[in-house]
Amino acid sequence: MVTIMQSAQTGLTLSNRSSQPLDKDVVFEVQGITKTYQMGEVQVHALRGVDLKLYEGELAVLLGASGSGKSTLLNILGGLDTPTKGTVVYHNKDEIIDLSCASEHELTEYRRFNVGFVFQFYNLIPSLTARENVAVVTEIAKAPMTPEEALELVGLGERLDHFPAQLSGGEQQRVAIARAIAKNPDVLLCDEPTGALDSQTGIKVLEALQRVNTELGTTTAVITHNAGIAQMADRVISLSDGQITDIHTNATRLSPKDLSW
Amino acid sequence: MNAIDIKLWRELWNMRMQALAIAMVIVSGVAIFIMSLSTYDSLYETRESYYRDNHFADVFASLKRAPLSVVKRIEAIPGVDKVETRVVTYVNLDIAGYDDPVSGHLISEPDSGRSLLNQIYLRDGRLLEPNRDNEIILSEEFALAHKLQAGDKIKATINGRSKTLTIVGTGLSPEYIYQIAPGAMFPDYKSYGVMWMARTPLASAYDMKGSFNNVTLTVTKGTNEQDVIDRLDDILAAYGGIGAYARKDQLSNRFLSEELKQLQNMATMFPIIFFGVAAFLLNVVISRLIALEREQISVLKAFGYSNLAVGLHYSKLVLMIVSIGIIIGIGFGIWMGKGMSGLYMDVYSLPFMDYLLEPEVIASAALVSFAVALIGTLYAVKKAVTMPPAQGMRPEQPATYRPTSIEMLGLQKYFSQPSRMILRHIERRPFKSLLTTLGISMACGIMMVSGFQEGAINEMIDVQYNMSQHEDLMALYSEPTSKRSLYSIKNVQGVEIAEGFRNVSANLKFEHRSYRTSVNGVEPNNVLTRLLDSNLNTITIPQQGVIITDYLSEQLHIKPGDLLTIEVLEGNRPTIHVPVIGTAKQYLGLNVYMQRDTLNRLLKEGDVISGAYLKVDEKYQKSVYNELKNMPRIAGVVEQKSAIEGFYETMDDTILFFSFITTLLGGSIAFGVVYNSMRIALSERNRELASLRVLGFHRSEIAYILLGEQAILTLLAIPIGFVIGNGLCGYLAMKFDSDLYRIPLVLESDVYAMAALVVIVSSLLSAILIWRNLAHLDMVAVLKAKE
Repeated sequence: MVTIMQSAQTGLTLSNRSSQPLDKDVVFEVQGITKTYQMGEVQVHALRGVDLKLYEGELAVLLGASGSGKSTLLNILGGLDTPTKGTVVYHNKDEIIDLSCASEHELTEYRRFNVGFVFQFYNLIPSLTARENVAVVTEIAKAPMTPEEALELVGLGERLDHFPAQLSGGEQQRVAIARAIAKNPDVLLCDEPTGALDSQTGIKVLEALQRVNTELGTTTAVITHNAGIAQMADRVISLSDGQITDIHTNATRLSPKDLSW
Repeated sequence: MNAIDIKLWRELWNMRMQALAIAMVIVSGVAIFIMSLSTYDSLYETRESYYRDNHFADVFASLKRAPLSVVKRIEAIPGVDKVETRVVTYVNLDIAGYDDPVSGHLISEPDSGRSLLNQIYLRDGRLLEPNRDNEIILSEEFALAHKLQAGDKIKATINGRSKTLTIVGTGLSPEYIYQIAPGAMFPDYKSYGVMWMARTPLASAYDMKGSFNNVTLTVTKGTNEQDVIDRLDDILAAYGGIGAYARKDQLSNRFLSEELKQLQNMATMFPIIFFGVAAFLLNVVISRLIALEREQISVLKAFGYSNLAVGLHYSKLVLMIVSIGIIIGIGFGIWMGKGMSGLYMDVYSLPFMDYLLEPEVIASAALVSFAVALIGTLYAVKKAVTMPPAQGMRPEQPATYRPTSIEMLGLQKYFSQPSRMILRHIERRPFKSLLTTLGISMACGIMMVSGFQEGAINEMIDVQYNMSQHEDLMALYSEPTSKRSLYSIKNVQGVEIAEGFRNVSANLKFEHRSYRTSVNGVEPNNVLTRLLDSNLNTITIPQQGVIITDYLSEQLHIKPGDLLTIEVLEGNRPTIHVPVIGTAKQYLGLNVYMQRDTLNRLLKEGDVISGAYLKVDEKYQKSVYNELKNMPRIAGVVEQKSAIEGFYETMDDTILFFSFITTLLGGSIAFGVVYNSMRIALSERNRELASLRVLGFHRSEIAYILLGEQAILTLLAIPIGFVIGNGLCGYLAMKFDSDLYRIPLVLESDVYAMAALVVIVSSLLSAILIWRNLAHLDMVAVLKAKE
């Protein structure tokens, strides 16, 4: 069951470290989540009490070293995983979903209609062309753009009928971005999107992300361990050891080509 | 244990379901191999020792009547060892409380002491004692069927006179391991039995004192049997000899030999299929494992493990899986072999059957399994052996796909992306897809073999007894009798139709080929006996010339228009030449048919018949039988229907046993192939499917991609399986063909349906297992890992 809640009920308690203007709508409201994994005989505390809000249209970078908990947080936001404790509530115009207690089916539906994912290793379907890799998502979405439009947006309008094996790493990642945004998702979640790319190619990918964020207004969260990328974000959320250590608002967002990394 | 061996055991444990599915296919192959060969050895050895211990004769001959003085001439034939003469007659029996026709062979035993040849194996009671009249020993199966035992009495019509006989014992004989009435196809212990009686009383009843009508003999080692047979025929010709024959042509022995031949066929054909499929599965699974362990192989090599050590490592894994299959297969094979031997004990009258499992059989089963498995995985293992260490460290190239041929035709707009994924995946590895399909087809084909036996037997019985022979009873005269005798039969109340026939033993010759059978003279306007052509239409027997069984024309290489030489073995023993006019479809025996009066004329005899086919009002069946058996000329009355019923009873168990086994075997292949191919697909496409789950695809939607591919291959496999099944059944039927019987290739729709059903159910079963695996796809982990 989708848990629909009155938005007033959530109380909109702001994190004391947040300096985001209040006129923007909240998309994600994370309260006191912890995540504990049982790895064999050892308990791993991936998240130890995280409170966070993400706002509509913002580009947030989650910054942290390996093991800081940033991926776990992103996975929970994306409905791939559920927290051990705490609540994660997702809001949009039509519905409010409590991701922390949604069923497997509800999480699938949530991912299907609301979230776009971009992964470090692209995760394209090798048996489908660029166009078809996008179509695989648009075919099941509610109000998607066409695969051609989506690929045009990431600058791949010319390579529609190439299979992944015929594309470079950067091109594959841009297909992945096109696939993620083609359904017009409310949020775009990117896990180390440039992690497997050299800097030149990485910049192209980040430009594509930025363009999506500004032109479509899609709320975007990007995970990285590369501090250089942080300067293109509205807000930079630093994690360490399963906790948020700092939230920093950039006065100005740099264009990807001006980043140094 | 070495660390690398521990790795082996863990890997085996991790892939236990797949290993088990492959092992099951090997189990099937090994089990069938062991079952067929051990049953063959058991039956063969049982037969040999039975023949040896009870002095089974080498040569047999029947004649009309000869004085005992002829024995000296027979003994003088070079190479003849022991000679024994007998009086053998065919009698009607009367068993209290059983109204259907019962007949039997009455065989003389020496008045004192044991017979020289074909000795009785006494099961119960005692042997015959000298100077006691009317004692008999009954064949055990017959006694059991009628619940008779030593001390009981039965009545027999001996030479027209009813006599009461006392059973003193029950026994078996190597001469009647397969006990069937003359002209019958199946044993029916209720209606036909063999009995032994002391010679003097039997001979006196038939006025055969000082003479004999049957002789059997053994030959010394190294003797040419055919020479002995020819000389014996020369001697007996003057005494109404109808042709001597060797042990290999003796009816009971022939049936056993055919059975042994079939076991040998089974021991080759089925294991080839199972081992082939197992080799294919091992190749697929080991190839995948090696692809997954590229990095591990490189690391092992980097740390100094030799190529050979790596090769051995994976070969050991193969051998371990095969060993599991062999061990279970041996157990299962022994169980099946014992079951099969038990069935043989039911069908054949054997005094004992020692289940014999030669170590060579086990050794060759193991050797063949290991060899086939290693050859099957050679290519995959070689890849691990020859891979340079550095190459394994680099990630594998992404799989290359192309638009499929269907898309080249511009049809892609009809397919969703998941459907395209299915088609492209099938087309990307056409050879693997083909082998997978073939593997499933084999399962379907093997399933058809079990159903085929039942359909074939139904068809044989239908053609033989429902379409060709319509008689209710057959009365056999003790010797050729005027056709006028039919009137007295027709006058019996309840007899609706009585049709006379004449038959004589004869040797048929064409060019250098010959065959001994009987020539049947029938009325051209017969209604009870019909000859059918290959389309099962009735053939009219022409005034001149003969119609012969289709298989006989093939055996003699004779075709319509050719002149057939018939050496008659009775009466004046004329040799006649007649044209073959046509062939008749018959599944049992090899026969020659002509018009009765033509046969009478060629034999230069009067208007005589050897017996009659009767159609009887069912109400009067018992009274007709009672009246007939008391007629002096009638030696025996045979009823086919009870024989068929008896046969079905025996066959029910056999068919059930075989259906059970083939279903198990067919199912094991189908499951093994489908499950492994799904598991491999799941392993290869793990990441892709998990990505789709992340993108919001439901479990059912990704299951469609994975299982849809298998569904297509399985559905393709079923019609191919039908073709393979047809081929297998046709091959088996051809191998089973002999002059005794031919197995028709009849595959009814339920055979196809059952085969398809087993394949589909096995596939669904593996789909359910895979469905459970799909629930555990780790979306988070798979996205973090590189290919």
